[in-house]
Amino acid sequence: MDIVGLSRLQFALTSMFHFIFVPLTLGLSGLVAIFETMYVKKNDQKYREMAKFWGKLFLINFALGVVTGITLEFQFGMNWAEYSKYVGDIFGAPLAIEATVAFFLESTFIGLWIFSWDRVSKKTHSFFIWLVALGTNLSALWILLANAFMQKPVGYVLRNGRAEMVDFSALVFSPYGWLKFLHTNISGYIVAAFFVMGVSSYHILRKNYVDFFKTSFKIAAIFGLVSSIVVVLVGDFNGREVAKYQPTKFAAMESIWETQKGVPLNLISIPSPSQEKNSVEFLKIPKVVSFLATNDKDGEIKGLKDFPKEDRPPVLATFLSFRIMVLLGFIFIFLSLVGYYLSLKNRLEQNRLFLKIMLYSIPLPYIAAQLGWIVAEVGRQPWIVYGLMRTKDGVSKNLSTSQVLISLILFTLFYLILGIIDIYLLFKYSKIGPQKYTAMEA
Amino acid sequence: MTFATIWFVLWGILWAAYFVLDGFDLGAGILMNFIAKNDLEKRQIINSIGPFWDGNEVWLITAGGATFAAFPTTYAYMFSYLYSALLIILFGLIFRGVSFEFRGKEENPRWKRFFDLSIFFGSLIPAVLFGVAFGNIFKGLPIDVEGYHGSLLQLLNLYGLLTGILFLSLFLYHGGLYLSIKTEGEVQKRANSFSKKFFFPLFVIAFIFLIFTPISTKLMENYLKVKILFFVPLFLVISLILSGYFTFKNKPSRGFLFSFLTILLTVITGIIGLYPNLIPSSLDQNYSLTIFNSSSSEYTLKIMTIVALIFVPIVIIYQIWVYRLLRGKVRIDDILKNENSY
Ligand code: HDD
Ligand code: HEM
Ligand code: HEM
Repeated sequence: MDIVGLSRLQFALTSMFHFIFVPLTLGLSGLVAIFETMYVKKNDQKYREMAKFWGKLFLINFALGVVTGITLEFQFGMNWAEYSKYVGDIFGAPLAIEATVAFFLESTFIGLWIFSWDRVSKKTHSFFIWLVALGTNLSALWILLANAFMQKPVGYVLRNGRAEMVDFSALVFSPYGWLKFLHTNISGYIVAAFFVMGVSSYHILRKNYVDFFKTSFKIAAIFGLVSSIVVVLVGDFNGREVAKYQPTKFAAMESIWETQKGVPLNLISIPSPSQEKNSVEFLKIPKVVSFLATNDKDGEIKGLKDFPKEDRPPVLATFLSFRIMVLLGFIFIFLSLVGYYLSLKNRLEQNRLFLKIMLYSIPLPYIAAQLGWIVAEVGRQPWIVYGLMRTKDGVSKNLSTSQVLISLILFTLFYLILGIIDIYLLFKYSKIGPQKYTAMEA
Repeated sequence: MTFATIWFVLWGILWAAYFVLDGFDLGAGILMNFIAKNDLEKRQIINSIGPFWDGNEVWLITAGGATFAAFPTTYAYMFSYLYSALLIILFGLIFRGVSFEFRGKEENPRWKRFFDLSIFFGSLIPAVLFGVAFGNIFKGLPIDVEGYHGSLLQLLNLYGLLTGILFLSLFLYHGGLYLSIKTEGEVQKRANSFSKKFFFPLFVIAFIFLIFTPISTKLMENYLKVKILFFVPLFLVISLILSGYFTFKNKPSRGFLFSFLTILLTVITGIIGLYPNLIPSSLDQNYSLTIFNSSSSEYTLKIMTIVALIFVPIVIIYQIWVYRLLRGKVRIDDILKNENSY
């Protein structure tokens, strides 16, 4: 593999690894804040122990989110120097703002939150975790505005041999970016909701701390239900933006080869990129894709064959990732609806099968989120900035293949070790449960 | 003053802020393995930096982000030229960061031993290599029309190593004083005696560094042009001496204040000498990365100035507030009571 391939692999590895921990941080910070606020409002020790128990898991996860993020901050310069030089005038700004506005907030107040349980009033203490939640979500906003620039460049002119910013507000209010922000952050809330529901199911199944976990389950079910519905709705808008601004990605997502009007949705289809067609198309629903993409059931959609081969993204990965993500989205609505209904009727304990399903569903939202990034990033290829710069032109010039190969191997090795330790600890502390709480009850 | 100059100043301040703040927790992380004799003492040290290390490290991330936004070409070349060195620093910071969280999560002694080592190397390596990197930047990197001609080993030249040792020594001393302030009992006693014993070696190293700098680098040129600037390194020497004075008088808080100033002024002394270069070329000044050929457009710099003027003071205010709220010594029974402590 050449430097471009290795650098891509390394970027994909390090960013996707970062994004294993990020979604739970985004959602669980909010849930812990909700638990602690309920403690302030109701003055019931149960909620305090909930904030502490889920907070502990939050911290174990947070640690890896933090350290893997540092890599990303420097990697644009390390591996993508030409890219950084070309668009840094506009792309660097949101990254610097993210650090100043968001990272300081979360990192400073998380430390304070951990160490100030008995030093400040309950209310002030709960305020700290809200600041952490605000910080994590703000950081996602800025990084996603940066990423949105790569998807749909706005607010720049080409001048002095590079892209220079001329309109900051176009960057900050990029509709593409805000949709991405909503979709990605709320997908993180789903991850957290399913995490809390899954761990709670484990304990309810074993009849540990049943009351504690039924309450946790119920709050998470509401959170998860609202989030799953919103994610699907926002995802639909995202799809329209993609259809408008990234026609090659859209054609790949739906595996459309020929330009047509009134494009149907094939519930089942199998693309065959070598033959430039779908080898299987099955269960057609007429005009759905055209309607979703253009708001007009007879709208025209450009097929992949109308684009030169060197401008097309990898079809199979984009298509399959998109399909599975969407399918999972509907499954999440269904599962959280059932979960909410059963908690409301107080019938969780009797439905052991459902609890088992929820336990084993913990990984599903993680998978959906990773697949979403594959749609967005693989679907953007061969562009590093859509329509403006190709990925192969963005790579650093002075690196040697062996340098990048070594760093890739080391990242893989170290991340594997740290990932295993972190997941081990998450399991361990999830299983232990809120020991102090029983002591109090007794 | 142009916006590019303003950003040059801010760039220097951000790096200086990073070294001043992370300096003491890197130092404490290295010292932990020597000063603490048992697990509880180690936890005392870890918990004394526990609430702060991440907030300190964000100054590094901000320095990196600001380099990207204000001097994209420098960002691109600084980090791709120094790829391998930066990679090693990153691995150090990664292992160190998780160790604080992971170390206490298992009672197995081998587990703890592993993370003790990881805190040690994860603190030592960045402390030394950042010094080496900045020493080489002060000296200039071998850049010409074809790009960069150096390698990892070439960074380990005499002046680079000297700067690395200087950074390490400053951080150790700074960290020792921090522990004197934040801990009690045996740990505090040993930290006190370390700072006292270490002051003279530090002084000698700083002295050698100041002698070698005009020989190995061109940093002096700006000082010769604007003589009043000599006050900066002069104040550096004065604050180092004052720091030692207060340390020996058993006033570690004041000693710390002046070691804080010493590090700040050390970085600023170097950065003043660089101007208007961000990364000088040691081969041909025409290929140096300067504020003229590597900065962002006026417009971007203006926006970033506004952002920085609003948010950096806010950050400073709430970070100071948090340090004050959590002031006082880290007590062993507090650690044992708080189940979220490290
Ligand atoms: C949707 C959200 C999202 C996305 C797409 C990214 N991140 Fe991230 N990042 C977060 C959301 C986040 C977070 C949730 O805010 C984290 C996780 C843990 C934490 O401290 O903050 C974080 C941490 C984090 C940190 C450490 C902050 C600290 O020390 O406290 C850095 C430097 C980055 N990220 C940088 C990046 C870069 C350069 C990305 C681009 C590829 C990136 N992140 C993608
Ligand atoms: C500001 C945010 C981001 C930027 C600027 C960015 C940029 C890049 C760059 C430069 C590459 C390598 C070139 C390429 O192959 O495309 C890449 C690849 C990739 N990124 Fe992102 N990325 C961002 C966020 C993320 C995040 C958070 C993820 C999620 C986990 C992600 C997933 C991927 C994937 C899967 C690839 C591999 C695509 C491929 O190489 O075919 N990206 N991205
Ligand atoms: C019916 C449901 C869904 C639809 C229609 C949908 C649609 C989309 C589209 C069109 C993109 C690509 C945006 C781009 O390329 O810029 C995307 C990306 C993404 N999706 Fe989904 N999605 C759905 C469900 C989900 C679910 C359930 C999750 C996770 C729990 C998820 C997580 C993501 C993530 C993390 C990204 C990458 C970030 C981004 O580009 O916004 N999606 N989604």
